[in-house]
Amino acid sequence: MTDLKKISTNIKKILPEYPIYLQFDEITLSVPADDVSKVLKKLKTMSQLKFEQMIDLAAVDFSEYPQKNYENCRYAVVYHLLSLKHNSRIRVKAFIKDNSFPLIETITSIYANADWYEREAFDLFGIMFLNHPDLRRILTDYGFIGHPFRKDFPMIGNIEMRYDPSQKRVIYQPVTIDPRNNVPRVIHDEGFRNG
Amino acid sequence: MAEIKNYTMNFGPQHPAAHGVLRLILELDGEVIQRADPHIGLLHRATEKLAENRTYIQSIPYMDRLDYVSMMMNEHAYVMAIEKMLNLKVPIRAQYIRVLFDEITRLLNHLLWLGCHALDVGAMSVFLYTFREREDLFDCYEAVSGARMHAAYYRPGGVYRDLPDHMPQFQNTRFSRPNVTHKLNENRQGSLLDFIDDFANRFPKHIDEYETLLTDNRIWKQRTVGIGVVSPERAIELGFTGPMLRGSGIEWDLRKKQPYEVYDKLNFDIPVGVEGDCYDRYLVRIEEMRQSINLIKQCSKWIRVNPGPVISDNQKYAPPKRQDMKEDMESMIHHFKLFTEGFHLPKGEAYAAVEHPKGEFGIYLISDGANKPYRLKIRAPGFAHLSSLDEMTKGHMISDLVAIIGTQDIVFGEIDR
Repeated sequence: MTDLKKISTNIKKILPEYPIYLQFDEITLSVPADDVSKVLKKLKTMSQLKFEQMIDLAAVDFSEYPQKNYENCRYAVVYHLLSLKHNSRIRVKAFIKDNSFPLIETITSIYANADWYEREAFDLFGIMFLNHPDLRRILTDYGFIGHPFRKDFPMIGNIEMRYDPSQKRVIYQPVTIDPRNNVPRVIHDEGFRNG
Repeated sequence: MAEIKNYTMNFGPQHPAAHGVLRLILELDGEVIQRADPHIGLLHRATEKLAENRTYIQSIPYMDRLDYVSMMMNEHAYVMAIEKMLNLKVPIRAQYIRVLFDEITRLLNHLLWLGCHALDVGAMSVFLYTFREREDLFDCYEAVSGARMHAAYYRPGGVYRDLPDHMPQFQNTRFSRPNVTHKLNENRQGSLLDFIDDFANRFPKHIDEYETLLTDNRIWKQRTVGIGVVSPERAIELGFTGPMLRGSGIEWDLRKKQPYEVYDKLNFDIPVGVEGDCYDRYLVRIEEMRQSINLIKQCSKWIRVNPGPVISDNQKYAPPKRQDMKEDMESMIHHFKLFTEGFHLPKGEAYAAVEHPKGEFGIYLISDGANKPYRLKIRAPGFAHLSSLDEMTKGHMISDLVAIIGTQDIVFGEIDR
């Protein structure tokens, strides 16, 4: 891996208006959703950066995150880019302002493989990608209702499927199991380990 | 005469060449594919959502079930992400054991891929041979973890336990013949490392056998040469990693470029293809198997002479010794806390990736400081590969589609997650 400092100074030079964070030897660039395609285009084409491959695209629902971040945005889309030329990675985090109708521009024209990743983010989080060529559900069932990876979607789901012997076909019905959580979610206060 | 238009055909999800549950909607002009629309998600189990509701250790077995033909590699990326956030040091012996089992896993994966790919294309016998060798590798898994497939062997801070001194042996039953059982047990008299060395010594000959059956085989070449060609620029653009990228001639391997564990201390080469077609990817993977054997031998040699701990002694994250728990109050408290509440990760996010047999397998973790992940995103190599299926198959025949699905090394456990 090339030197993190070198890359981060290069990024600061080219994109001075966005904050950069360094944590666990990784670079995170935080941008508003409207600037995503502009920023990614620069990261891809500038010869000092050359992040020519998009490794991953992840959507995140921050609604239950204890610390409020960046103007209380609920959704963020996180891009992981890789530069084969400089052997470096960067993470670009795009926060989406609108919490009720999350909308962000597609990057399929910049990175061709974003197509399916954006479909997945749409399917699981309900994030809309403007100008996406084919925004359909990808992972969930045909005719599925809701966006399962949102924090307010129950882990056991809302409907279940079973074979009904009397009707002699597969039917959908509301879930009959109860949610179960054996280990509570615990967050310790600051300085807990120090006594 | 009636005007002939394109027609659509459904392929799968229950088709032997669909490698699991791939459903394709094909738009055909005669036998030539105009458009292929994969419908995935039939194996979607929401692993990422499940992990959000479980402690970090409880999620390790879910990782095995992602790519269910290269189990330990998935665990590896997951524990690496956790170790990165905790800044947890892994003992050197555990690092060698991890590399050893990573390479065994790579063989497991490539053997399954080779067998199924050849079977799809019409060569039945290769499948039988590769599964014979896979059996021995499963025995290695079993010896070390007790499970033949879903091992849950890698833990944050090291591996679950040290390599056993005895290899499990076949027992006589009322159906077996004693002389056959004795013969089967011949290479299982010593330790696991003896068994692995024996395997590593005879396996190159088996690779030669596969190559005799395929490499210069006229039918195999007709079915793979010039099929599914991807240019290097396009391979990067489409997010290809692993053998798919190397088959197109780009020398990129995380084991060399961003070395993790002890890969920087070991000698191995990265094979690359030239044409970027199915045949080159086949050659790349065959050579990778030879390199894996090389790595296995180096690791085994090192592990033999360097005893030591295999898991971190930081008891906040790794369980204490059974012996200590009997006498030491502190150890017992640690054990109790670790297996009830689990450990906490600091606030923040991290991405860790390994060179999985299929490509780059990454785990993106976001933690809010709790004992469970806030969000876990799995970067599956097959997802990016399958998304290019439409582009790769355009203009090919249906029979070539089967060869292309085979060359992409598709496993639905990781694509659907």
